[in-house]
Amino acid sequence: MSDLISDTPTPAPAGRTPLFEGAEWNFATLRQAYDAIHDVAVNDLGLDIYPNQIEIITAEQMLDAYSSVGMPLMYRHWSFGKRFVQDDAMYKRGLQSLAYEIVINSNPCISYNMEENTMTMQTLVMAHAAFGHNHFFKNNYLFQQWTDAEGILDYMKFAKDFISQCEERYGLEQVEMTLDSAHALMDHGVNRYARPRKPNYRREEQRMKERLEHAEQSVNVLWSTLPAKPEAKEIPLSEEEREEQRRLLGLPEENILYFLEKHSPFLHPWQRELIRIVRNIAQYFYPQKQTKVMNEGCATFVHYTIMNILYDRGQLTDGAMLEFIDMHARVVMQPEFDKPYYGGINPYALGFAMMQDIRRICEEPTPEDREWFPDIAGCGDWRGTLRDIWANFRDESFIQQYLSPHLIRKLRLFMVHDDAARADLMINAIHDERGYRRIRQALAQQHDLSYREPNIQVADADLRGTRQLLLKHFVHNGVPLEEREARSVLTHVSRLWGYAVRLQGVDQETGRILYEFAAPAP
Amino acid sequence: MHFIDRRLNPQDKSLTNRQRFIRRAKGQIKEAMEQSLKQRTIADPKSGDKIAIPAKSIQEPRFRLSGQGGQREIVAPGNKEFVEGDRLPRPRGGGGGGGRQAQDSGEGEDEFVFTLTEDEFLELFFEDLELPDLIKTQLKEETAFKHSRAGYSVNGSPANLSVVRTMRNSLARRIALRRPKREEIEAAEKRLAELEAEPHPTSSELAEIETLREKLKVWSRRVKAVPYIDPIDVRYNRFDITPHPNTQAVMFCLMDVSGSMDERAKDLAKRFFMLLHMFLKRRYDHVAVVFIRHTHEAKEVDEQTFFYSRESGGTVVSTALEEMRKVLAARFPLDEWNIYAAQASDGENFDNDSERCLQLLSEELLPKSQYYAYIEIGDTREADLLRDEDSGGQLWRTYRTLLEDWPNFAMKRIFSPADIYPVFRQLFAKQQARAR
Repeated sequence: MSDLISDTPTPAPAGRTPLFEGAEWNFATLRQAYDAIHDVAVNDLGLDIYPNQIEIITAEQMLDAYSSVGMPLMYRHWSFGKRFVQDDAMYKRGLQSLAYEIVINSNPCISYNMEENTMTMQTLVMAHAAFGHNHFFKNNYLFQQWTDAEGILDYMKFAKDFISQCEERYGLEQVEMTLDSAHALMDHGVNRYARPRKPNYRREEQRMKERLEHAEQSVNVLWSTLPAKPEAKEIPLSEEEREEQRRLLGLPEENILYFLEKHSPFLHPWQRELIRIVRNIAQYFYPQKQTKVMNEGCATFVHYTIMNILYDRGQLTDGAMLEFIDMHARVVMQPEFDKPYYGGINPYALGFAMMQDIRRICEEPTPEDREWFPDIAGCGDWRGTLRDIWANFRDESFIQQYLSPHLIRKLRLFMVHDDAARADLMINAIHDERGYRRIRQALAQQHDLSYREPNIQVADADLRGTRQLLLKHFVHNGVPLEEREARSVLTHVSRLWGYAVRLQGVDQETGRILYEFAAPAP
Repeated sequence: MHFIDRRLNPQDKSLTNRQRFIRRAKGQIKEAMEQSLKQRTIADPKSGDKIAIPAKSIQEPRFRLSGQGGQREIVAPGNKEFVEGDRLPRPRGGGGGGGRQAQDSGEGEDEFVFTLTEDEFLELFFEDLELPDLIKTQLKEETAFKHSRAGYSVNGSPANLSVVRTMRNSLARRIALRRPKREEIEAAEKRLAELEAEPHPTSSELAEIETLREKLKVWSRRVKAVPYIDPIDVRYNRFDITPHPNTQAVMFCLMDVSGSMDERAKDLAKRFFMLLHMFLKRRYDHVAVVFIRHTHEAKEVDEQTFFYSRESGGTVVSTALEEMRKVLAARFPLDEWNIYAAQASDGENFDNDSERCLQLLSEELLPKSQYYAYIEIGDTREADLLRDEDSGGQLWRTYRTLLEDWPNFAMKRIFSPADIYPVFRQLFAKQQARAR
């Protein structure tokens, strides 16, 4: 952070008075600060945002919001209670401070600000959430394609009501069991690759009614040929028959929840709807998981830039600016790997540093930058460049494309090769000519969900005989699943499937079966 | 854009989820709770109880990549002296050093720690425990409300109008504002009519007519301006609604604090009373607790003294019973109070006093009590010897004769802190051990 206060210090224009003084805030100063931020964000940075709805909440309400993954409405489930008691205990013992804000990808864009924040913090938080995140939500392609900001709140309301109706009708236990199982597969309830239809949550309710009616009137043809009593007996099928069976089931399928919702033989229609709700929520959050660095980087860059412009305009006092710098520095702190509090790469720090770096490349490129980034180096229009990047990339592709040698050197990034078969680690690449591309490649992969999460697919289902379901984990680089957890997830799968389930670990390169777990029929 | 102030919205949005979580983890929580109760040495066991349960039991499993095995490439910041091709030993413990990102959860966190609220704690603690002979209690459990007069107010329902107070205000105001009385007006009008009826009024009469008319004009204006009863005069009787508890219990805690009760025995007794105390506070809206401790003489004391102050002397148990009888007669009429008593002793007593105890109990105290529990704190060394219910000290043997006739009398032996909770449960087990 060599340039903490301002890139080009300009004297404060006369006539502007500070927006506020001191730590206290009230709704009048909030409004004033908001208007000033809005002016910078829209007229200077050219941000395009959903209308904002800023809600002031207490610490307790913040804890509530935490436990329901930030959603203002959430169905009831013990796991949210678990998170709540944990956060509550941590907070009360002073082990954890609360986030200053939470922002929701919805239209209007809702952000929660804590009442304890000082006025400077409120200003920072508004710039960060109500403009930074808001712009990102509205413009990034993943959010545009995969989520429906207009309908999410209505949908959550519907989901909550539907689930509590189910609890009344079918009993708490039953609903809880189904939700537990669905939650266990939440990470595997998203469509990763297939380009989705733009979701429309408002139509979900109507479609559910249609489905339930349809389910009542029709019989699943696929399963009607089954004998009434399951006999664990293999019926030999020809390879064509197997192929046909897989085709009918749409296999292989990477979205395990989707497969179970559509093809599980024994679920009640309402249970399928529960799975669908869990699936929709997983899908809704999927873009956020893929854009942590970009989303936080964007918001941090926006608040940093806006606060500096406000200061340059004389709208922030020196005291407020110092408070801001202190907070900002804490947000973007990146401990080095050998520090005791090192916890991996801080997405705020990486995202912010990369975006500051892109601005630098646009404004003052070095010959090296010109060679690496010929299309943006020296173009001068960092606002347009960044807006374009925010709209069209996710973490993996963003790093792959824009991590510059300059930044690799600045962060002194290095790559370690960890082979479990060897007793020692090897340094694979450091911040030098030979290392830049490999570090960039590896860091991008480290942020790619398809590498971070295991690739598990529904491979086969025996419909005629044992009715066993076969899942395959395609093992990459020999990294296995966490076995104890995997076994209990399998139990959940068998609960939803109704019969025994097998999981094979298959080496992605050689096709060799590395391990196999099984869960018996429930 | 708009701001919304949500701070006054209902709090505790997570309450239901919290309750569901506790229901879910109940087994583990209760286990942890009993454990912590057993080990606790002193202090109020209720509030802010930190509970640690095995994280495994409430795990939410996911398919996760293992932190070990296979080959991986990790990018980390802050290179100091490494160059490409360097080899370094694998850091201990997986996380940190080598730049391996710590797993979100799963391994590592084997205990899940959180805090139960006092209510949650007691709810779990007293679950499926009930005091015996609850019929009386159940009948009286609802709190009745009593209206009591509490002065006057300026608003209220017409039925509560206080006529006297209202009229007093009205009169005072009328006098102060010099509102003419009706009699005065009538007299003046009558006089005026008489004068006007006069065919040939004298000049003095004419003048009087003039003044009267003038006066009546002023008066009629004043009558209109100053109402007979103005809203500001109106007063209503005010009533306070006070809960009138008819579920009240008094708990007598009797304890031997003589020299023969050593620290360990006192400590055990203390814990037993604590649980009892908590339990009654939970069950009854109003619980009076009377602490009586005794050596060779008995005294009613406050809680602090009861538990913490030292005393030495001989042991005459009947003095405590006598004291209880006195307090009972003086302060706790039977038709208003449920009487509970618990006595803790090491079983020693002055020779020949046990007979006196027996008499006091069976003639005075037991007929009046809902429940009387006697716990005897035994020496650990005698634990095996005294497991047999029939053998025991003099007091024990004497008390045992009460068991047959008095279903509301119970007695138990305690040897170690670990015994307290089971004994406590047994004493107050839901199903009433002995048929009424």
